[in-house]
Amino acid sequence: MAKILDKRDLAPEIDLFTIDAPLVAQKAQPGHFVIVRASETGERIPLTIVDYNRDEGTIDLVIQAVGCSTIELCNLEQGDEFLDLLGPLGEPIEIKEIGTVVCVAGGLGVAPVYPKAKYLKEAGNKIISIVGAQTEEMLIMKDEMEEVSDEIYFATDDGTLGEKGFVTNILDSLLDERDEVDEVVAVGPAVMMKAACEVTTEYDIDTIVSLNPIMIDGTGMCGGCRVTVDGERLFACVDGPAFDGHAVDFEELMMRQSHYEDEEEEAEHKCNLDREVE
Amino acid sequence: MAKRQTMTKQSSEKRINNFNEVANGFTKEEAMLEAKRCLQCKNKPCVDGCPVEVPIPEFIDQVLEEDFSKASDTIKAKNALPAICGRVCPQEEQCEAECILGKKGEPVAIGALERFVADEESNEKAKVKVSNKNSGAKVAIVGSGPSGLTAAADLAKLGYQVTLFEALSEPGGVLRYGIPEFRLPKSIVTEEIEHIKELGVEVQANVLIGSTLSIEDLWEKGYKAIFVGTGAGLPYFLSLPGENLNGVYSSNEFLTRANLMKAYKFPEYKTPITVGDKVAVVGAGNVAMDSARTALRLGAEEVSIVYRRSRNEMPAREEEIENAEEERIDLKLLRNPTRIIGNDEGWVEELECVKMELGEPDSSGRPRPIPIENSEFTIPVDVVIIAIGQGPNPLLPKKTPELETTKWDNIIVDDDTYQTSISGVFAGGDVIGGSATVIAAMGDGRQAAKSIHKYLQE
Ligand SMILES: Cc1cc2nc3c(=O)[nH]c(=O)nc-3n(C[C@H](O)[C@H](O)[C@H](O)COP(=O)(O)OP(=O)(O)OC[C@H]3O[C@@H](n4cnc5c(N)ncnc54)[C@H](O)[C@@H]3O)c2cc1C
Ligand SMILES: Cc1cc2nc3c(=O)[nH]c(=O)nc-3n(C[C@H](O)[C@H](O)[C@H](O)COP(=O)(O)OP(=O)(O)OC[C@H]3O[C@@H](n4cnc5c(N)ncnc54)[C@H](O)[C@@H]3O)c2cc1C
Ligand code: SF4
Ligand code: SF4
Ligand code: FES
Ligand SMILES: [Mg+2]
Repeated sequence: MAKILDKRDLAPEIDLFTIDAPLVAQKAQPGHFVIVRASETGERIPLTIVDYNRDEGTIDLVIQAVGCSTIELCNLEQGDEFLDLLGPLGEPIEIKEIGTVVCVAGGLGVAPVYPKAKYLKEAGNKIISIVGAQTEEMLIMKDEMEEVSDEIYFATDDGTLGEKGFVTNILDSLLDERDEVDEVVAVGPAVMMKAACEVTTEYDIDTIVSLNPIMIDGTGMCGGCRVTVDGERLFACVDGPAFDGHAVDFEELMMRQSHYEDEEEEAEHKCNLDREVE
Repeated sequence: MAKRQTMTKQSSEKRINNFNEVANGFTKEEAMLEAKRCLQCKNKPCVDGCPVEVPIPEFIDQVLEEDFSKASDTIKAKNALPAICGRVCPQEEQCEAECILGKKGEPVAIGALERFVADEESNEKAKVKVSNKNSGAKVAIVGSGPSGLTAAADLAKLGYQVTLFEALSEPGGVLRYGIPEFRLPKSIVTEEIEHIKELGVEVQANVLIGSTLSIEDLWEKGYKAIFVGTGAGLPYFLSLPGENLNGVYSSNEFLTRANLMKAYKFPEYKTPITVGDKVAVVGAGNVAMDSARTALRLGAEEVSIVYRRSRNEMPAREEEIENAEEERIDLKLLRNPTRIIGNDEGWVEELECVKMELGEPDSSGRPRPIPIENSEFTIPVDVVIIAIGQGPNPLLPKKTPELETTKWDNIIVDDDTYQTSISGVFAGGDVIGGSATVIAAMGDGRQAAKSIHKYLQE
């Protein structure tokens, strides 16, 4: 059981949870995630550790209600508990002084990008951030990202904040203007990461992505999270989730993410029905 | 000689539509008839066949006296999980293989009797159990499969304060996430684990040792010895083209979704599973049989087993192969997959195989399967389940560099003491390799517990 100590609304359907998880907080590093199950009938789903406080024994999770399981989690309130919470999982990303790092975050990708930006900044790097969302209202953790960035740019689909369009457009013009960029970190939907990697390939800049295939155990036991990187079959939960973006087979990732489309629709439908009955 | 009693079974037509247990246990009458067959041999050859040395003639005699509770105590003195072993032990290769009656006719049905005793005992439920107040040194057990459970039970009985750490949300290991309900009801696993908790063992689920806590952390928390029983949970793949298509599962994933996450109750339980009409399972061990029979019960119309050798070489228990045949699982023998073919949307559509013939015995002693040139053919499939074996999960050794392993990632232990390369850390069960049965894992847990006791007394 993991107790919800605090819950904050970040945007429509996006909540930040502060969870009592002393053992996980003790070991958490940027790049780590947890597997959470809301209740006995729930699914096991992976969520990034957005931040952690070792003294308080807490971790922060940001959850976007996109389907049945995330809706169930987002319906929980302060004082409620997640039935299961396992972590920290995955390999942390290496935090060292590289020079100038561009952090690209699309949608909920801010959640995994933020801890990386924060600790890369602490390690003495210059951080240029590019954050994108559908609308200004949907753009989360703006203050936090501003705080850890030396420069920051925004992109929204409707132009309500920053440039109208994609983060990758900003990335392209930025890399075109500047020679100083040593590395790019790009996290968001698979299409966005793929597009970002296409841009950085052109400029030959190392790019770290964080992959989000469907997971169950998160411990390397089921193989459901397998991804192809540099022609090799790897398990994202234990070998990743961060990988060299230029070596990732994104087409395969996107195909595998769609495995349960029909069932997910059915589950969400039932979820909504159950709630109406309540 | 009286005829061996056999357990009645749910009819195959009926059972393929439910997840209830296939074999009904003995009735009391059947158990008495079977117990009478035992000759009470003085030299007890049957006991030599049991890896944990259950006192077989003694408990059978107590069955004859209708003292089931005493019979249960007799078994439990050696075997912490009798209801489970009575169901899943390969008895035909172990205790029953040595039974004297088997030399001329049919051996005593020792497994079925053991199951009967365990089930009778749990039906009684009269006994008031008191928790032990254990005060000895703290011992940590990593992994809650049969090896960890046995080591935990034995050490708790010796008075140690035992904590069992499990990565998944519920204890039991393969008994929980692998072996399906129709062969081993989960209520039985839960009950056996309750008995072990009553001995004073504390279970901490959702703790991945190596990540949540390191071996170093366990020392710091005051544990004086550690037993590692992390099993062999890493799924092997074939490395064939198309293996990452949608609809291709490892047996671990398929069975975990079905058993642990109860996908067979979707959408009440939220974990989805794809079954489709036509399922092919690659491999022919217990895991393959379990995957095939689970797929059938989840609604598949045609399920086949694809195996590169012949029926004689199939590693699954004979009983389970027969059950599978009765359920009309199609055994496609002497066939080896070569390629998995998908459609435009990335879903598996066909499994390409090549026909095989058997040649000279290979290093495993079994005839070597040789592909027949130009004999490729395809079978239409919606789902392919890869059940060709598992290796030890490398996570804990990777995070604990001092823990020495073989090149196949098995933890190396001393043959006699089960101690690993780290003093005070012991290991057993599938993670050290060996025969990969429930009872062998339990045997390891028992031996390791003895060594841990010795180590802690020094
Ligand atoms: C390493 C990692 C970190 C993540 N971090 C976060 C985070 O911090 N915040 C957040 O809101 N989301 C995060 N996600 C995504 C989150 O796990 C999915 O949104 C969630 O599982 C969807 O479940 P659902 O039942 O609500 O929606 P569904 O309708 O069932 O699924 C929506 C989409 O989510 C994906 N998905 C479904 N089931 C799973 C699963 N078991 N594992 C992974 N993806 C799945 C599928 O691609 C699917 O199309 C992360 C995913 C990964 C792999
Ligand atoms: C589908 C299937 C059917 C089988 N059928 C039979 C049968 O009929 N008869 C038979 O005798 N044998 C059978 N076997 C084999 C038998 O189940 C195994 O040999 C036995 O379970 C091994 O026991 P174990 O204690 O070594 O580990 P396991 O049962 O594998 O349990 C290991 C446990 O450790 C946990 N773990 C792993 N790493 C960590 C970590 N770092 N921290 C915390 N926890 C961790 C795992 O989550 C797991 O719960 C079958 C196996 C499978 C998969
Ligand atoms: S534990 Fe297994 S091998 Fe031993 S007597 Fe029981 S069924 Fe036979
Ligand atoms: S060998 Fe067979 S007959 Fe003899 S004691 Fe054992 S079970 Fe009975
Ligand atoms: S989620 Fe099962 S192996 Fe990665
Ligand atoms: Mg879902």
